[in-house]
Amino acid sequence: MPIGVKIMKRPQAETSYLRATLKGMWLTFRHLFRPKVTMQYPEQRSTPDWSISQRWRGTHRMLTDEQGRAKCVACGLCPQICPANCIKLVPGEDEEGHRYPLIYEIDEFRCVFCGYCQEVCPEEAIHVGVHYENSEYSRDRFVYDLERLCAQTHPVSTLWDPSDPKGE
Amino acid sequence: MTFFLITSAIKIVIVFTATMVGVAFLTYVERRVCAWMQDRLGPNRVGPQGLLQPAADGLKNLLKEETLPAQADKLLFILAPMISFIPALMTFAVIPFGAPLPTKWGDVPLVVADLPVGFLYILAISSLGVYGITLAGWSSNNKYALLGGLRASAQMISYEIALGMSTVAVLLLSGNVRLSDVIARQASAWPVTWNVFPLGLAFLIFLISAFAETNRLPFDLAEAEGELVAGYHTEYSAMKFSMFYIAEYASMVTQSALVTTLFFGGWDIPFTTWDNTPPFTVWKTLATVVAFTLKVACFLFLYIWVRWTLPRFRYDQLMALGWKVMLPFALIYLTLIASAIWFLHAQLGWEYDARFAATLFGLNLILGVFVFFVLDRGRIVSGSVVRERA
Repeated sequence: MPIGVKIMKRPQAETSYLRATLKGMWLTFRHLFRPKVTMQYPEQRSTPDWSISQRWRGTHRMLTDEQGRAKCVACGLCPQICPANCIKLVPGEDEEGHRYPLIYEIDEFRCVFCGYCQEVCPEEAIHVGVHYENSEYSRDRFVYDLERLCAQTHPVSTLWDPSDPKGE
Repeated sequence: MTFFLITSAIKIVIVFTATMVGVAFLTYVERRVCAWMQDRLGPNRVGPQGLLQPAADGLKNLLKEETLPAQADKLLFILAPMISFIPALMTFAVIPFGAPLPTKWGDVPLVVADLPVGFLYILAISSLGVYGITLAGWSSNNKYALLGGLRASAQMISYEIALGMSTVAVLLLSGNVRLSDVIARQASAWPVTWNVFPLGLAFLIFLISAFAETNRLPFDLAEAEGELVAGYHTEYSAMKFSMFYIAEYASMVTQSALVTTLFFGGWDIPFTTWDNTPPFTVWKTLATVVAFTLKVACFLFLYIWVRWTLPRFRYDQLMALGWKVMLPFALIYLTLIASAIWFLHAQLGWEYDARFAATLFGLNLILGVFVFFVLDRGRIVSGSVVRERA
């Protein structure tokens, strides 16, 4: 007996190989006709028993007001709270005293998708979104600027509500 | 003579093409069936239902880089895939795959070479395939490859004997080693004369040995991914790797064809004698070829089915099964069958017919009960159980 083999406390008279093999083959044969669990991904993105969660935290999205401007007021809370330090914000101010972001960039590679930016935002401007298909031909395309963040159209993620922990 | 040469050349081309297409298709079927057994879908993107997957794989393998390890024995390293590839395809030469085909110039037997020593040829050639595996393992200059090669040769030696023993029973019953005569002996109105009935346990031994000979699970110790990286073909890439793959599948096809020929009546269509009696027509030939193909396909499915059911043997289990179980069992079985044939034939004077076969079938049933309910109490392959001491 090789070293380190686990010995089962099973009497030899209860073991079998040939009959156990036939039993196993019957099992695999039945599996041939079972419904398949594969999701045909690019064509099929959700099945009755699997769909993406409403609380999924994916690609960011900046919401806009009626005039199509970003809702951001450049308060600086999101770069402050961001644990990955992935938000770059340079604030600006127009003649009427409205603050707006001169530069607003999110590095999707550095982001850890914690969702704090969405939680902290007083204007409900920056959001994480229910979206996960990001592929690009170069790394610098993953730094999303303000224009690109505003152009995103996917649904934004629902934050966790302590009074409704299951999201119902 | 010219007629013989031309028909032989045509038959060689047909058999070669059919085997290669069969192998390509088999790789696809293997992946699909494996996926279905695991509740997945398997490759279904290339072509309708993924049917062009083998073509895509082949193309990929042709275009990939051929690696040649600096430490390898270059000549043998290049030669090894060929050595395992050629015998796998050569074996099919003696297997009859249909009733004689009538032409204007005479009947053409549907077998590439109907050798009088047909069966011995198969035993000789099919065991040559292991040279390719062993040489591949040795010439790669890699410890895993070498271990894989060693295991392959040890396994082949252990199971070749049981394989030979089980077929001796077939030869006793048919009295000839020419495969077309073996088929002719099995053909009758009732499939009870198929050797699988009078020689059921020989069939079992043959089948298990055939799995070992083709290095298929549960006997794939030579390539054992989990233990030996990829065993003997660790260092191979691209088309050379593909050659080993093709060789494995081609020998599966050949072994299935051989099981069909020796135990399931070859191209004989069950429940009728229409296919065995002259005059032969083209339709009759086609029907028998289809029957043969179906039988072979069933065995190929069995190969795949077993592969995705059983885990691999441990090395000591493999050796114990080969030498301590299969060999003595094959010998005892051979003795019993030989005595039974002698008794029925020489003492009672029976000729070989359905009654003879049915009597032997009864004997096999009794022995089968013994195997399944006495031997199979941990005496065939035992896992890690507490051994009872006498």
